Amino acid sequence: MSDLTLQLSPRQMAFRRFVSHKAAVVSCGVILILSLFVILAPFTARYGVNQSVQAPPNSFLSPRANAWLGTDDIGRDLYSRLIFGIRVSLVIGLASALISVTLGSLIGAIAGFRGGKFDDIMMRVTDLFLAFPFLVTLLVVRNVLGAVPWLKPLTGEMNSVRFIIVLFGIFGWMGVARIVRGQVLSLKEREFVEAARAVGASRRYMISRHLLPNSIGQIMVALTFSVVGAIIGESTLAFFGYGPQAGDGATSLGILVGAAKGAVQTGFWWLAVFPCFALIIIALSINFIGDALRDATDPRLDRGA
Amino acid sequence: MFRYILRRLAWAIPTLLIVTFLVYLALRFGTDPVASYKRINPRASRAKVQQYIDLNGLDPNFVKGYLTWLRNFVTGDWAPSIKGRREVWPALKDAMANTLRLGTAATVVGIFFGLIAGVFAALRPGGKRDVFINTSAFVGISIPPFISAILLQLLFAVYWQRWFGASLFPTSGVYPPGHSGFDLPLMIRYMVLPTIVVAIQIIATYSRYMRSSLLDVLNSDYMRTARSKGISERRVLLKHGMRNALIPVVTIAALDVGSIVGGLIITENIFSYPGMGLYFLKSFGEGDFPLLMPWMVVIVASVLLFNLIADISYAWLDPRIRLE
Repeated sequence: MSDLTLQLSPRQMAFRRFVSHKAAVVSCGVILILSLFVILAPFTARYGVNQSVQAPPNSFLSPRANAWLGTDDIGRDLYSRLIFGIRVSLVIGLASALISVTLGSLIGAIAGFRGGKFDDIMMRVTDLFLAFPFLVTLLVVRNVLGAVPWLKPLTGEMNSVRFIIVLFGIFGWMGVARIVRGQVLSLKEREFVEAARAVGASRRYMISRHLLPNSIGQIMVALTFSVVGAIIGESTLAFFGYGPQAGDGATSLGILVGAAKGAVQTGFWWLAVFPCFALIIIALSINFIGDALRDATDPRLDRGA
Repeated sequence: MFRYILRRLAWAIPTLLIVTFLVYLALRFGTDPVASYKRINPRASRAKVQQYIDLNGLDPNFVKGYLTWLRNFVTGDWAPSIKGRREVWPALKDAMANTLRLGTAATVVGIFFGLIAGVFAALRPGGKRDVFINTSAFVGISIPPFISAILLQLLFAVYWQRWFGASLFPTSGVYPPGHSGFDLPLMIRYMVLPTIVVAIQIIATYSRYMRSSLLDVLNSDYMRTARSKGISERRVLLKHGMRNALIPVVTIAALDVGSIVGGLIITENIFSYPGMGLYFLKSFGEGDFPLLMPWMVVIVASVLLFNLIADISYAWLDPRIRLE
């Protein structure tokens, strides 16, 4: 094994470690299949997002041939709605994770590299936000964000999907910043950074050419966890009635899970079980991938192998 | 030690002031208290509105307004809620008591089982038991509390009733409607499901902490020394292993109060459990500033308090650490 690892590049070794995490490989497959279903929604969905299953009476049908996962209160096919809902949720997750990872890596790298006042203030703010209960901070930040008039062109209406994306983009940077800062703190004492400093490289050059590329593993891990965070966060908001509104044909995993709340007492189990399991499977798969990425990009774990 | 605690407590006061000022600002921007008051009480006279503004410190000047609010808050001159003019303190006190009960039950159950699971996983790392516990914990962390709440309600209340005639556990409130007085067995039955929902998260988190903490300890030199002295394996584990492994876990537990309260808020809402979470979501939905501010103060104060407890317990459990 040791002879073999000598010939492998760090990237190849990381790939090997990732593949040895079986749950993560399965998860990759699950996410891939889900993405295909969702991208090909016009072909995979059997009905439109707000179209009801034909042949009345059609509300609260249990799963059957013309509605595989049953129908909801106004007779819409749950299977098709799940596909459209997962599509919106994945877009929310990816888009807001990209925003928060970009913001968080930059702020974290600058804070870790410069230290001093900026670092202190940033970490205090992060501590403050993370110490509060998640939902409380989220709701308060949501309202404040919606009340700032000059952000309106960026965020749109408070119940739009765009608003949710911006909200989680802004909300999620703190966790990322903390991770990247920790990485940069340890990297900046290393020889290659010292060498760059010795030849008079600018701060900006060192951050963009040395510190950020060397933190890419941690940033990827943070990215996966931000995606899950945003998807679950959107569901939580929608569950409590603060999510995106089902305007012109839009639905999301959160809206579907929120509808499950009303279906529990009346015993329409399919309305609760399928959306809930869809959310669990997505969250679990992405978490597994993130976990494997963390193992794969952490070279310290390779010693014994 | 005593002086350290005093100094920390003295520091807590400015922190509390700064954070409550930020919360005050956020609530004024976010919920627009005056507008909410007018929405709930559309026929309030101008004098009434002005009285509401004065009592709550909603002066257009934020600093002046905050100081007014602070003075009224400290002197106990609290404004009544905007809806129905209810007294705030009794409502807050009841909510605190209910949440404390649910939170304590869930934390005790959660930490107990979490630690046991973590120890079992750490004893044979890589074994079947370890893989099983680790994977379950991972699944437990990935499932958001409202999902497990819905599924548990569906199984134990709704479908249990269909299959066996009566639901196993009730799904809302602390007591059935119309009940008065104290009835422990009844209360426990009502608390089982919400406790499980919150405890799942705690068990999942702590079994992982405990596992990694104990693994660190088990590989240390003093464990080998203890074994070589010839004392029984059980004693080695309990006296030398567990005790040292618990140090970081206790600290994390005290720092974690924010996320436990977060889980409680979601759970309470689903089970209509009249605690701090239901209180917050209701008053936040109505933009009820007089109800919200004291709630925020309680949360901020308890986060600060548990931070202090974390530091003190750390020094107390680990004699190598000196607080000065």
